[in-house]
Amino acid sequence: MTVHQMPADNTKPAYNYAYLDEQTKRMIRRALLKAVAVPGYQVPFGSREMPLARGWGTGGIQITAALIGPADTLKVIDQGADDTTNAVSIRKFFERTADARTSEATEEATIIQTRHRIPEAPLKSGQVMVYQVPMPEPLRKLEPREAETRKMHAWAEYGLMQVKLYESIARFGEVTTTYDYPVMVNGRYVMSPSPIPKFDNPKMHMSPALQLFGAGREKRIYALPPYTSVKSLDFEDHPFRIQSWSQPCGLCGAADSYLDEVVIDDRGGRMFVCSDSHYCETRRAEGHRGAMLGDAAASGLVEETNP
Amino acid sequence: MAIQDIISPGFSDPVFQSQAAFRALLTALSEPGTLQSVAADIIPPEGLATATATALLALADYETPVWLPETLRDGPAATWLRFHCGVALVDDPARAAFAVIDGAASEPKLAAFNPGNDQFPDRSTTVIVQVSGLDGGAGFSLSGPGIPGTRRVAPQGLRPGFTDELRQNGALYPLGVDVVLASGEGMIGLPRSTQIEEAR
Repeated sequence: MTVHQMPADNTKPAYNYAYLDEQTKRMIRRALLKAVAVPGYQVPFGSREMPLARGWGTGGIQITAALIGPADTLKVIDQGADDTTNAVSIRKFFERTADARTSEATEEATIIQTRHRIPEAPLKSGQVMVYQVPMPEPLRKLEPREAETRKMHAWAEYGLMQVKLYESIARFGEVTTTYDYPVMVNGRYVMSPSPIPKFDNPKMHMSPALQLFGAGREKRIYALPPYTSVKSLDFEDHPFRIQSWSQPCGLCGAADSYLDEVVIDDRGGRMFVCSDSHYCETRRAEGHRGAMLGDAAASGLVEETNP
Repeated sequence: MAIQDIISPGFSDPVFQSQAAFRALLTALSEPGTLQSVAADIIPPEGLATATATALLALADYETPVWLPETLRDGPAATWLRFHCGVALVDDPARAAFAVIDGAASEPKLAAFNPGNDQFPDRSTTVIVQVSGLDGGAGFSLSGPGIPGTRRVAPQGLRPGFTDELRQNGALYPLGVDVVLASGEGMIGLPRSTQIEEAR
């Protein structure tokens, strides 16, 4: 096994390139190739201990480690933002172990590792999305036994999921699932899209980018090749709908992006801002102004750019 | 030492060469029908194309039984794979994780390899089919995941009826073997999810 960084080099630890040993990478790579051949099917793999806790994106990290090479540019987002804890620490991890070139720009990245969002900027052919998945099994809350859910997938026995959606409609008048909304992949497997908001589900359908999903604790890898049919489960008389908001982003004025609600005072004041931080910053740099940008800049929360 | 006993070198830089080879394979199988190529910086043993040898160097190890045709099993290719990858060679095609076959030979059929089972379709064989060329042959169209609309491939040197075997393999979906056509440094992925539209 080649040691990428020689132990004699005192400035850097002697990890193999991208932390994982080559034997582990081969095992993950074989699982990934089977995952793209059967879109939506969860391939078991030997998830390794990583230097951060399970549940913090170890599945996504192991996939990225098996993928990344010197030609790649890595972007890491957490709930859409490039500058939150999980994103910053994973980006640093690959800067340290793989000398990775990193970027916050969606269009520059070749690998985008994400927790719970798909970027607003359209993805391109050649890009790879890597999702961190806490619970890969969409049927787990309905059937706790792995032996049973495996048979349900084997025989495409998804009636239970339809019943769950129906019960939600019967009780509340609509499907109340707003994130991790189950999808049917290539007309065969019901798949968890990871806890992305259902707003992002339509972006998966026929996406030109390759999408890979890693669940480290649950030891599963699954994938969507580019241009694969991804249909959110629904009923003819209750078609799938995405979220909408009554007002645009308070900072950049975008009306087409996923918005986070932010409580701003103790008198019921609220503002809505883009969850995708790079998208919001790009729009502000282009001169788009939201209704609350002046206030936010005055209180030092954002920098106001003057194009 | 006889010349056939000398084992030619494998990767000189295993970390980055196997990473690059894996990315080519990943693109080949996620965008079926596109021509992908690997770098020509290894010397493959007699009987294996550069693409075949590179793919096996990148993916095969002691966990993956490999099946080789009889003409290769006792030759330098077997020695080379045992030395570089530490693979076990198996006689039964249904036990193989990876297999290399000659596209022009009439046996074994794709159906002889392991299609996986309904609860574990990932346990199927990946079959590398060595062909004489990846374009200029009798073409057929593909559709399915990874392909916007349809995509045409025209490999040369496939046995008659191979497209029917591919069609029967696709009909087993989500079971079935995954095929990689290899010639020289090029390869084309034909996973089980790909449908064969027409043969001419």
